Amino acid sequence: MLRFLASRLAKGVVVLLAIAVLNFALIRAAPGDPATVMAGEAGAADEVFVQQLRERFGLDRPMVEQLGIYLKGILTLDLGFSYRQGRSVASLVGERLPATLLLTGSAFAISLLLGTALGALAARRAGTWADTAITTAALLFYATPLFWIALMSQILFSLKLGLVPNVGYETIGAGYTGLARVLDILHHLILPALTLGLFFTALYARMMRASMLETAGSDYVRTARAKGVSPSVVTRRHVARNAILPVVTLAGLQAGQIVGGAILTETVFAWPGIGRLMFEALAQRDYQVLLGVFFVSSAMVVLFNLVTDLVYRAVDPRIQVGG
Amino acid sequence: MKRSILGAASIAALLACAGAAGAQQAASGSPKKGGALQVVVTPEPPMLMQGLNQNGPTNMIAGNIYESLLRYDEKLNPMPSLAKSWEISPDQTVYTFKLQEGVTWHDGKPFTADDVVFTLDKFLREVHPRWRPIVNAQVKAIEKVDDLTVRVSLKQPFGPFMLSQEVASAPMIPKHVYEGTDFRANPANNTPIGTGPMKFGEWRKGSFVKLVRNEAYWDKDRPHFDEMYFQFIPDAAARAVAYETGKVDVLTGGAVEIFDVARLAKLPNSCVTTKGWEMFAPHAWITPNTTRGILGNKTFRQAMMYAIDRDFGRDVIWSGYGKIPTGPISSKTKFYSAEGVKIYKYDPEMAKKLVKESGYKGEKLQFLGLPYGETWQRWAEAIKQNFADVGINMDIVSTDVPGWTQRTSNFDFDLTFNFLYQLGDPATGVARSYVSTNIVKGNPFGNVGSYSNPEVDKLFAEAAIAPAEARQALYTKVQQILAEELPVLWLLELDFPTVYRCNVKDLVTTAIGINDSAKNVWKE
Repeated sequence: MLRFLASRLAKGVVVLLAIAVLNFALIRAAPGDPATVMAGEAGAADEVFVQQLRERFGLDRPMVEQLGIYLKGILTLDLGFSYRQGRSVASLVGERLPATLLLTGSAFAISLLLGTALGALAARRAGTWADTAITTAALLFYATPLFWIALMSQILFSLKLGLVPNVGYETIGAGYTGLARVLDILHHLILPALTLGLFFTALYARMMRASMLETAGSDYVRTARAKGVSPSVVTRRHVARNAILPVVTLAGLQAGQIVGGAILTETVFAWPGIGRLMFEALAQRDYQVLLGVFFVSSAMVVLFNLVTDLVYRAVDPRIQVGG
Repeated sequence: MKRSILGAASIAALLACAGAAGAQQAASGSPKKGGALQVVVTPEPPMLMQGLNQNGPTNMIAGNIYESLLRYDEKLNPMPSLAKSWEISPDQTVYTFKLQEGVTWHDGKPFTADDVVFTLDKFLREVHPRWRPIVNAQVKAIEKVDDLTVRVSLKQPFGPFMLSQEVASAPMIPKHVYEGTDFRANPANNTPIGTGPMKFGEWRKGSFVKLVRNEAYWDKDRPHFDEMYFQFIPDAAARAVAYETGKVDVLTGGAVEIFDVARLAKLPNSCVTTKGWEMFAPHAWITPNTTRGILGNKTFRQAMMYAIDRDFGRDVIWSGYGKIPTGPISSKTKFYSAEGVKIYKYDPEMAKKLVKESGYKGEKLQFLGLPYGETWQRWAEAIKQNFADVGINMDIVSTDVPGWTQRTSNFDFDLTFNFLYQLGDPATGVARSYVSTNIVKGNPFGNVGSYSNPEVDKLFAEAAIAPAEARQALYTKVQQILAEELPVLWLLELDFPTVYRCNVKDLVTTAIGINDSAKNVWKE
């Protein structure tokens, strides 16, 4: 087990370094750089000024040297400094992390619990109206663009019904503290978490349903039934446990993306998370911030892939993770 | 230049500033104290240190933290700010500013002439792209006369000098905080220290910036608000919903798509103003790359101008906001003149005739769109249709802001949209797009179409340093030439309407409107 972990971690480091090089190359392939963007914002610039900015940001150095500086930073866990924002990248990422974890974590929990439960229910009631209702709703939420659902939910629940705030993390200027602030944040969380959660709920429900129906037709399930095992025990012990493996795979992938944020949801709901930080950094070619967010997100994906493998083993002991 | 020889011009200037001070008083009854103003700005600025960043949202927030020597009324007349009065020598080469007494920085240190000299001669000379060309080309010396007096000596008269002191172009920077430091890496950039009516309170990244009242503000009755919040809501439709649900009081220009403005204006207690852009006077046009084939042909450029239905652009695409320009100078900017300029009405038949005369063979032109939202995309599509109607083939190429900036800076386009601030005076905001000395790669706001005409160069050069009374004739002449030659195709004097609650009073009282401090604003 320990050897497995050490081996996977070593591979993970290599993968991360490869991703870092790839990210660096991809970002530099995009047109424009921070100096031209900053010159553009001022509505005026001279060549000397833009050149000074390039020198300042180290963009005048050879590309290989810039890559070397970046990789050296990563190896010493230094994500760099954003001259554009006048802050260290670690602090920029760090201050966005709580909001992102709250949103994507809530959406993850909602979708995993609700999705697997609804999928299991639809499978058990296959062919009934409940199955039809669940699969239709799942298809609808899966197929409808997230931003459209987000905007429609704002218009319905915020503007028309006045039930929840349409944007933001908290009531700006209210000065809430303690429990009142927690409740205020949860109030703001409802719409974005449900919107993001429903999309993944649909995915889990569809996958759980299909997987359970497939497993229910297996020989060993038929055998269990023939032995006289009660239907609920068959479903719980033989069907659901085997059917959940693909769901675990999907959950592992989603969990890996939790830290990367949810660009669309964060944008439409003005949620101050990492997804927005990344999107805005991309629009402004804030290289250091972009690379920092990419790196942290990649590290989380690698980490959660490892966790997923371990969960496989817990769910299904037949899987030899070390093999 | 000795102050004793200052003549009639300086007396006139003193009188002018006394009158302007009166104009600063609240215009809408007795202001109420207290409360908070909720404003939406977009996008979130990268920083609030206005000396280092002049992004629109930076100005809208930091314009409350920092101040400059002067403010300007909507006719672009200078008003006192940190300078309480000023004198101009008869030969218009020496400007002497008397500073307000009792001004302190937000950290409690006194504001003096040393700060002004440091700001104009060191800090902004190094880092400010708008101030650099002025100080490097026009200014001979910036000197402290005494603690409350600063003298700026010019190499020769420079017409726009008095318009160069608005807060986005020349914000005062605390010498005691920045002298001897790496300006761009100074930790104070994250907690900006100015002299303005509001102090930096808090910045929750991705959510809002909070400013709090400067209790030690030198203008004793101001500001009226205890707090100001600048919210960051990235999606335009969500911003509109936030306004409708009462979460915000002010949607700054451009915060919602222009086609949403009329709908929001009809809501109860909702007002709209287009004022507050007189100084910047954003002027929109299409730049043809005159070095590329048929685009160097004046007849073809005129054909394009006749082909574009500019009224449709204003009335439909821009929802009726804006004014059709007659030439390079906005009607809001000094020395505007339509006298003797060639006027281009929408005339597809004339366009077809000129297309034929020009020798155009149907070659496909690439139009580099401006990635500033839905309105610009729609406008590009409308113009493509206009061109197709007269036989001009054009494809629209999409890009993002850095991509647009890079391609424009490198002259890598056939045609592109652009809009530039005019900054009150043709010498600073207009000439840069037409003079041949500004055909320089790496600058997206230079003469990127590579138009070159020695007579135009000469007229702009002469007008910049000519005595005030001689400038109009020179600029009238240059407007006539450019309207004939069409180095660019002027489309619209843009309006960026501000949507706000009608009980927010005195929101826009200067030529830079919402970009200026909200010291006069109050809520009924």
